[in-house]
Amino acid sequence: MATTIKSEFERIRNTEVWRTIFRSGSGSSNLHRSQAVQQNIFLHLFSVKVRSRALEFSPTWYLGALTLSTFFILIATGILLMFYYHPSVPQAYADMKDLQFVVASGVFLRNLHRWSAHAMVFLVFAHMFKVFYRGAYRPPRQFNWVIGVFLLLITLLLSYTGYLLPWDQLAFWAVTVGSNIAKAVPLMGKQIRFLMLGGNEVNANALLRFYVLHCVILPLAAILLVGVHFWRIRKDGGLYVPEKKQL
Amino acid sequence: MTDGPKMKPELKMQAEVQSDVRKNPRRIAFILRRSSPYVKAQDDGRVMTYPTALARFIIALEVAFVLLVWISLLANAPLEGIADPMHTPNPAKAPWYFLGLQELLHYFPPMVAGVLVPGLVVGALIVIPYFNINIEGESLWARDRKRRLMIVGVALVLFCIFLLVFDVIVALVPTILIGGLMLWSARFSPESPKLFHRWLASKPLSFWIMSWFLVELTILTVVGTFFRGPGWSWVLPWQS
Repeated sequence: MATTIKSEFERIRNTEVWRTIFRSGSGSSNLHRSQAVQQNIFLHLFSVKVRSRALEFSPTWYLGALTLSTFFILIATGILLMFYYHPSVPQAYADMKDLQFVVASGVFLRNLHRWSAHAMVFLVFAHMFKVFYRGAYRPPRQFNWVIGVFLLLITLLLSYTGYLLPWDQLAFWAVTVGSNIAKAVPLMGKQIRFLMLGGNEVNANALLRFYVLHCVILPLAAILLVGVHFWRIRKDGGLYVPEKKQL
Repeated sequence: MTDGPKMKPELKMQAEVQSDVRKNPRRIAFILRRSSPYVKAQDDGRVMTYPTALARFIIALEVAFVLLVWISLLANAPLEGIADPMHTPNPAKAPWYFLGLQELLHYFPPMVAGVLVPGLVVGALIVIPYFNINIEGESLWARDRKRRLMIVGVALVLFCIFLLVFDVIVALVPTILIGGLMLWSARFSPESPKLFHRWLASKPLSFWIMSWFLVELTILTVVGTFFRGPGWSWVLPWQS
């Protein structure tokens, strides 16, 4: 059985169509495997080889990989949710009810998006502390740490803007509490809050702004910075693995 | 006999290089003391990114996906009544990751808790890798032990008094815990026979500050999430 699948897969890999899509072609030599990474627009951010110790569990706990995983889940579920959502008052709330009672698996979709979002915020924090305690921010990786701090802020903003979208009491008052803090900024607190909400209180304008930020601007910023974050891993010499202690 | 090019047997080319270095020395590079390339011996077991590392990532993705699907099947995302600006819930809480800040807002004016503290935290996080003290990671007590002990002690006492004045018991307890551990660690030498003592003695200042931040963040968030009820009063989570 296993050999049948394997040979069938080999046959597909040798078809012309496959070989036009994946430039590395078939074959499983290390050269081919290098090319599978180098000649792929997404994978070429990464190095062709990695230290085997960097793949062990203890140096990273895979927190970065898990964070990226939740981000993928959030993009997929988020796109599906956008099909059912209107960023207007009171339609936004009605759409939540539709997800609950009308849309097939709507509740599950919203659950998965919500819990993945919480998980991502938690994982980003965990990733940051893990990197700190390993000392992986040291040269030459200083700037990648800084990018990571900005990715933490973007994650928080993504989660915060998404929090308003259901337009229920929880969302409305959580964002009211948060946006009131912006008022405390000296000199231009009120202006910042006005810019954020598109008005002096949380209303339909604020919902629209948060929607655009949540679905367009912040995800694009996150994808861009994640790209740089990964590229810098390669440029800075791969994942940090501490030297073996001298006995 | 024809006069062809005569092969001289002693000039035969040799393709392989002798492996005996003493017999056959070859110069590869000069390494001067001043400009020597900084090469550290590393254990360099390497594997291919494709497929090995990629497979690991896909397993991580699947684990995350399975766990989150499982949670999503068991627990529903909260959905309350439609937003009503005329009716304020008590307490009105921010998302959980901001509840640490909201807890601080309970004690300090918004200018401090909402702007100054988060600004300082973000600024401090950004500059971590640009300070030599964080790069070297030298033990806090490695040099000037007495002077440093006094500075840390005074700073801790002043900070605790500050927290007491503002009645921030929630933040005071972790400060005393971590601060106490920090001062206690000065007692041990890096050559102490006990592993835990050696570990404590080896920690740099950045470790203590970050650990304090981690504990504060956790405790403030947990208190804000579970222990705060109407009017931000203290409640126990199982009583509400």
